[in-house]
Amino acid sequence: MTIFLVFVLYVLALLIIIYLYRVVRGPTVFDRVLGLNGISTKAIILLVVIGAVYDRVEMFVDISTGYALLNLVSAIAIAKYLEQREVT
Amino acid sequence: MSALAVGLILVGLFFLVVAAVGMVRLPDFYTRSHAVALTDSLGAFFLLTGLAVDQAFSTNVISILIVLALLYLLNPVIAHATVRAALRSGIKPWGEDKR
Repeated sequence: MTIFLVFVLYVLALLIIIYLYRVVRGPTVFDRVLGLNGISTKAIILLVVIGAVYDRVEMFVDISTGYALLNLVSAIAIAKYLEQREVT
Repeated sequence: MSALAVGLILVGLFFLVVAAVGMVRLPDFYTRSHAVALTDSLGAFFLLTGLAVDQAFSTNVISILIVLALLYLLNPVIAHATVRAALRSGIKPWGEDKR
């Protein structure tokens, strides 16, 4: 049944491309931040699914945990920075 | 792979697709953030639970559930910080100017 998991991988990659549209187009800078946040959530799920495909979940879960923490730090830093100045 | 795991993963994919559609179609920043923050968490919950059911009776279940708990802790924090920054820097919600 790895065929099904590969299908899940393709759908997740397609969703990342859809989010990328919002990151490129987004009218305000906050839309871009939101799109990047969505992309990193998808990337975390994608890493776990890749681990299930290659039967090495215990290794890929560690990578995705590190990615989640990195995402938190960067998103909070960008939000705190943008909070202090007037942007459109 | 059991039918339960396949069903859970498909339900999770459905929620993720709904979140992506909301991200493209909704009119302004606050509504988009609503779509992403809520629906993404639910989709991740179903998808990762399906993967954990697939890996049943091994230690991988615990590590997948740790990732799931981390996502549930971090997603609302990030959404709240971003929306608060947007509100303080003066972006008006959609429909304010029509009153």
